[in-house]
Amino acid sequence: MDFTFTDEQQLLADTVQRFVREHYSFETRREIAASEHGWSPALWQELANLGLTALNVPQEHGGLGAGPVETMLVMNAFGEALLLEPYLEAAVLAPALLQALGDAKVASELLPAIASGERIVIVAHQEPQTRGELNMVTTRAEKNGDGYVLQGKKSVIMHASAAHEFLLTARTSGKATDAAGVRVFRVPSDAAGLTINSYRTLDGRRAADLELDRVRLPSESLIGADSDTLAALETAHHISLSALCAEAVGIMKAVNAATIEYTKNRKQFGQPLSRFQVLQHRMVDMFIHAEQALSMSYLAAIKCQDPDINERRRALSAAKVVIGRAGRFIGQQAIQLHGGMGMTDELIVSHYFKRLTAIELTWGDTDFHLQQFAGLG
Amino acid sequence: MDLNYTPEQLAFREEVREFLREHLPADISERVKAGLGVRAEDYRRWQRILFERGWGAPTWPKEFGGTGWDPVRVHIFEEELALAGAPKPVPFGLRMVGPVIIEFGTPEQQKRFLPRILRGEDWWCQGYSEPGAGSDLASLKTRAERHGDHYIVNGQKTWNTSGHYANWIFCLVRTDPNAPKPQQGISFLLIDMSTPGITVRPIRTLDGAHEVNEVWFENVKVPVENRIGEENKGWTYAKFLLSHERTSIAGIGSSKRELQRLKSIARQEMKNGRPLLEDPLFAARVAQVEIDLMALEITALRALAAAAENRAPGPEASILKIKGTEIQQTLSELLMHAVGQYALPFERHSPEENDFKSVAGPEYAAPLAGTYCNLRKVTIYGGSNEIQRNIIAQTILGL
Ligand SMILES: Cc1cc2nc3c(=O)[nH]c(=O)nc-3n(C[C@H](O)[C@H](O)[C@H](O)COP(=O)(O)OP(=O)(O)OC[C@H]3O[C@@H](n4cnc5c(N)ncnc54)[C@H](O)[C@@H]3O)c2cc1C
Repeated sequence: MDFTFTDEQQLLADTVQRFVREHYSFETRREIAASEHGWSPALWQELANLGLTALNVPQEHGGLGAGPVETMLVMNAFGEALLLEPYLEAAVLAPALLQALGDAKVASELLPAIASGERIVIVAHQEPQTRGELNMVTTRAEKNGDGYVLQGKKSVIMHASAAHEFLLTARTSGKATDAAGVRVFRVPSDAAGLTINSYRTLDGRRAADLELDRVRLPSESLIGADSDTLAALETAHHISLSALCAEAVGIMKAVNAATIEYTKNRKQFGQPLSRFQVLQHRMVDMFIHAEQALSMSYLAAIKCQDPDINERRRALSAAKVVIGRAGRFIGQQAIQLHGGMGMTDELIVSHYFKRLTAIELTWGDTDFHLQQFAGLG
Repeated sequence: MDLNYTPEQLAFREEVREFLREHLPADISERVKAGLGVRAEDYRRWQRILFERGWGAPTWPKEFGGTGWDPVRVHIFEEELALAGAPKPVPFGLRMVGPVIIEFGTPEQQKRFLPRILRGEDWWCQGYSEPGAGSDLASLKTRAERHGDHYIVNGQKTWNTSGHYANWIFCLVRTDPNAPKPQQGISFLLIDMSTPGITVRPIRTLDGAHEVNEVWFENVKVPVENRIGEENKGWTYAKFLLSHERTSIAGIGSSKRELQRLKSIARQEMKNGRPLLEDPLFAARVAQVEIDLMALEITALRALAAAAENRAPGPEASILKIKGTEIQQTLSELLMHAVGQYALPFERHSPEENDFKSVAGPEYAAPLAGTYCNLRKVTIYGGSNEIQRNIIAQTILGL
């Protein structure tokens, strides 16, 4: 058993944390959130210069070939900073899916451009009725001469408006919940027949619903001809869930620290709020939740590539449950303990709260994963 | 023991229902039922309709234009209004300063202010909290100095709800900074918001709404005749008012309405090809909050019965605020989770600024996350739930 990080891992964690503390203040973030696209391509380039967009790309494709532990450390820091850039989607999920699909040709085309930060590739999988179920796909891909015609709808695709292209799932056969027949297509964001309806999300990011109306694609858009696409999707989502949990852990730590600090400084009834025992115990509970979440985030990172699929599913669903519950409690109590100040847009606490809320709703909420876990035996 | 309404009470309920069917404007009730919030102008419109029916002030005595109803009738009335999707009355005039003026005001003050509240002509707001005085309200610093027949007021109030619509504010101010106890040097003033020297600045909350404000007072001249009761006795009137605030905060009727909305949405949302409401785990969560609401309602009826017999409210009255607000928050949480990823598309939660038409997903999903955020407030204001528990510990359990 070993819960220590290697020197390289520690160095990575320190570097990223220093970078966001120096370059991603809450004020900077506010400006980025208010800007037209809601994220900063210039900052993205800086992340690329630090090698962070290459982290999850294998060395043979110009990446660093790091693993879930490194990703976890990076996501801890991005959580604290409430980073708005599409790191989770474009630098974790997309490369993970490309690797899992195992299409050498497409991988060698896309992965180097992802590693260098030039190309934003976004996975477009979720549909209105998905609710965490990866096999729920109704978008159709009909064979048409040499290529395919896609028809359907993708729902709440985070950072869709930042994408150069999508890795979009569609059915070549079967009905809505069949495991077989789900395939991944490369769809350029300017494809004819594709409409991207963008909007802001609860956590200050951008997302979009995608409408596909007779989108024509050449046959080479289909990725991973012989692979089991659904298994690849699940693998990629497990790696990304681990990263998402790590982001939540970074937020919990920061929001707990902010709450402790606030209650030490705010005085009512002639004493700091932190002297009231009921608030002390509340902060102890927040701390315990965060520690449990941290433990489960470690488990998620260690297990997210486990070859035993049952083991992997159990670990990831368990982690999402613990982290969802912890995030809810910590976010709500952080606001409560800040009183009126916690309700303001001005303080970062409410923004942490909103991101924790969004994380709980991402890729299956707490109840969904609780039921998944129960069903695994 | 009898938990049923009397035939007279049932007849009254029918009368209220009939009135609502005929007079509650559909455009208003649709907004309320969809959780879109109520616009200032709609509050005014609805208050005028109630006034014309003679129901403008359900809790006031008849001689001041109220209904003179006993607490059970008030409860029936409020519940029916909430279930039908009528706006919850703006509390500051009707439920807060109104009763204070009735109890402690001069006949001139009563004549001047009460009819305008009844008709919805004046919009009042509450100037209690300050940056340094939240839970510890008695530590407030806003200063009022006597100069002949005026006070000169200087200071800052904050978290002031709807001050940007209000034309009057009732304030707690410090008139004697040297009083032996902080509670002793406070007075209760009624201040015209158009007086020179008052500045209202918006505070944006986490849901993007503009609901609360900072209110600054710079050498604001307030006639002495606008003081309620005696100088330096303001704390007594303030406490009287807070007890009125707390009993109206439980929101049982509106929670019942939200429960119906939750079930209706969970019937439309699908999970694994079945309605979400048939999912055993989700159904159990809905059942739990429904049961909590039942327990709260009977507790509230016990408090009402005590009030109707003019007994001092028992322990059950102090529980209403805590349980009522927790249930409101749980309902908003379940509503948000019911729509899955469509809770994420987000627009500012602001009835004046939008009607949530442009967001993605089913229309009913659009305001849910904003409401969830907004309702964090209910365990903070009106005496936070921690403060409520302190009160129960001290005054009921004798700890
Ligand atoms: C949306 C909103 C609308 C409001 N509208 C109005 C309005 O119209 N007019 C008005 O005057 N005020 C209004 N308020 C103010 C409200 O009454 C105060 O926010 C409330 O009294 C808490 O004060 P505070 O915000 O300063 O928090 P604090 O008093 O600083 O409290 C912070 C935390 O410490 C806890 N705490 C404090 N003291 C103790 C203790 N002794 N023991 C245990 N825990 C304690 C509190 O429960 C809370 O969790 C509003 C507030 C909000 C959020």
